Amino acid sequence: MAPSSTPTIDIEALGLDQGALLLIRRALAERPVGGELRVRGRSPDWEMHLEAWCRSQGHPLRFETAESGLAQARITRGPHAEGRWRDAQATGTALGDINGTPADDAEAGWGLAARGATVEAGSPDFFFALHRRHELWAATAGELYRQAAAAQWDPSTAIDWEAEFTLPPPIEAAVVQVMTYLIENENAALLVPARHLGQIHPHYREVLQLLALQCADEARHVEVFTRRATLRGHEPALSTAGGQASLRTLFDAPDFSVATFLLAVLGEGSFVNLLNFLQANAPDPVTRQIARLTARDEARHVAFGMAHLEYRLSVQPDYQARLRNAIEVRYDALASTAGLNEEVFDALVLLAAGELSPGAVARGHAAVQQLQRDMAAGRRARLARLGFDRDEAERLSALHTRNFM
Amino acid sequence: MTEPTLMMGAVAYAPKVVTIWEGFKAFFAQHGLAFDYVLYSNYERQVEAQFDGSIHLAWNSPLAWVRADRIARAKGQSVQAVAMRDTDCDLHSVIVVRADSRLQTVADLRGKTLGSGAIDSPQATLIPLGHLREQGLVAERDFKLRRFDLLGGKHGDHIGGERAAAVALMAGEVDACCLIDGNHLAFGLDGTLPSGSTRVIARTGAYDHCNFTTSPGAPADLIDRFVSLLMAMRWDDPQVRPLLELEGLREWRRGRTSGYALLERAVDDENFYSRDGAILNPDYRY
Repeated sequence: MAPSSTPTIDIEALGLDQGALLLIRRALAERPVGGELRVRGRSPDWEMHLEAWCRSQGHPLRFETAESGLAQARITRGPHAEGRWRDAQATGTALGDINGTPADDAEAGWGLAARGATVEAGSPDFFFALHRRHELWAATAGELYRQAAAAQWDPSTAIDWEAEFTLPPPIEAAVVQVMTYLIENENAALLVPARHLGQIHPHYREVLQLLALQCADEARHVEVFTRRATLRGHEPALSTAGGQASLRTLFDAPDFSVATFLLAVLGEGSFVNLLNFLQANAPDPVTRQIARLTARDEARHVAFGMAHLEYRLSVQPDYQARLRNAIEVRYDALASTAGLNEEVFDALVLLAAGELSPGAVARGHAAVQQLQRDMAAGRRARLARLGFDRDEAERLSALHTRNFM
Repeated sequence: MTEPTLMMGAVAYAPKVVTIWEGFKAFFAQHGLAFDYVLYSNYERQVEAQFDGSIHLAWNSPLAWVRADRIARAKGQSVQAVAMRDTDCDLHSVIVVRADSRLQTVADLRGKTLGSGAIDSPQATLIPLGHLREQGLVAERDFKLRRFDLLGGKHGDHIGGERAAAVALMAGEVDACCLIDGNHLAFGLDGTLPSGSTRVIARTGAYDHCNFTTSPGAPADLIDRFVSLLMAMRWDDPQVRPLLELEGLREWRRGRTSGYALLERAVDDENFYSRDGAILNPDYRY
């Protein structure tokens, strides 16, 4: 007898409600539309369930008697299962192109799918405002994400909260004031990227992941600054209108790149100097440890900001004018405010002085002046790396908010 | 002059009904058919509306079809089943017991308790009861009937009654229960009736389910256009595929009325509607 050309599967005693459907679906997927599959089985309800399933899936079905005398089913593969994948959308590759770069423009219909997945046509659109690569990408985003993931630290164990120290009350008060100032700045550094994070098309996975960790970094910073502020039983101290007005302008930045420029490149860049200053000059070991760990995180945030703007300027050189404009607009917006509050300035001086004697205060004052020079030099260097000439970098650096962030 | 609009009735048995018909309405509009729909909370009012000029056609349950057909005949009019789903053809219901039950055949149901679906469910009440009557077993004479009467007037479209009966079977509250065959598989897959926990002791003959029923005097040109557009809907088309999935079909088919004999007989035997479509069952609430 000639061998039958119709493939046969035997589901034996496995019920369709026990997994046999998987075997049938896979075997049927191997058949062309209109092709047949023969199924044998012996579980109690397999024929009835197969009939119900084939009806629901649009596969014609008939039963026949095998040579053995047992019933067997013949399924004809219907056209519908294939239809689902007609005109499906390709979404690039998981690792990006040969340079690891994702698509120029991520389509709304790709939605939340993994980069590289095949997406059924008709999937719902997701309207992510940030869906063009040049508006958010950084060539080193993946590498920075890996560094950030490896560098997460646990506030409860990374800092020795029990370290012994006693500060004179005016110095402890100065620490509390600086912590109060840091907390409100870190709230901004958490919320500004978070607002953009929710707008980023998940096709740009590495940026999404990196910003998520950046938010987690800031959450930790808020925690440790709060813990240090209250370590000796004090409540946080003063928050000024001028300080908050300065941070408010970060929320008003018109797009992700400008916000990143003002917050990360200029603000957090200056903050790295401030945290290094605290690491060197703080009067107690807890504050010094906090400053060391947070400065490391902030340096990574600055690195991403720089990498993003370098990428954007490489594909859109005239965007530099927007950056210049953003500094000038922010300067004008803040011209009528006080800038860094006196309490914070004095607190920094006191921290560095360690006591209220004229000699110590002179040292502290000099240290804070050096900090401001370091901040300005850092800003100028970063602006120069972004293509601003020396004079322009000098001018723009001087327009940066007196509130530091 | 405004273009005439084809008005269709549908029963709001679940929130998805709005999604389905808003989607189909947009599809018909794109293809030049002025179409609108009216939602009814139950099939009885929908069928009655087919005779007062409110709607040109109705998306009817099989029981609603039986009633519409009876009312039309009594009035000397006629209604037509013009289209249905591929999944509406050749269904079966089953009567199941727990796997460890002593019940082997329907005759063993004598003196026992049978769980059914809603009072107006063709698949989980009327057709299975008709099947048992054929075997000489009449509800409340030969066995006790416990109805899981959810959402009267929806004609069992809401499968809650079937599920409640299945849960009662597993809890030992009833000795057997009635289900549509596809739900026996679905309840097995979702764990309501764990695989291997039940045994089928009876399976009804084949019957058909829903259809689009025209109202007497419906505009033939609009109905023809409507049916052609249904037939033109393709599973491949991402615009309509989600709607077809919600409505539970792969393709629309021309209507047929050859599959309603079992239900017709059960409706008479169970005294549900009179020959002219009046509601007879005094326990029916909708």
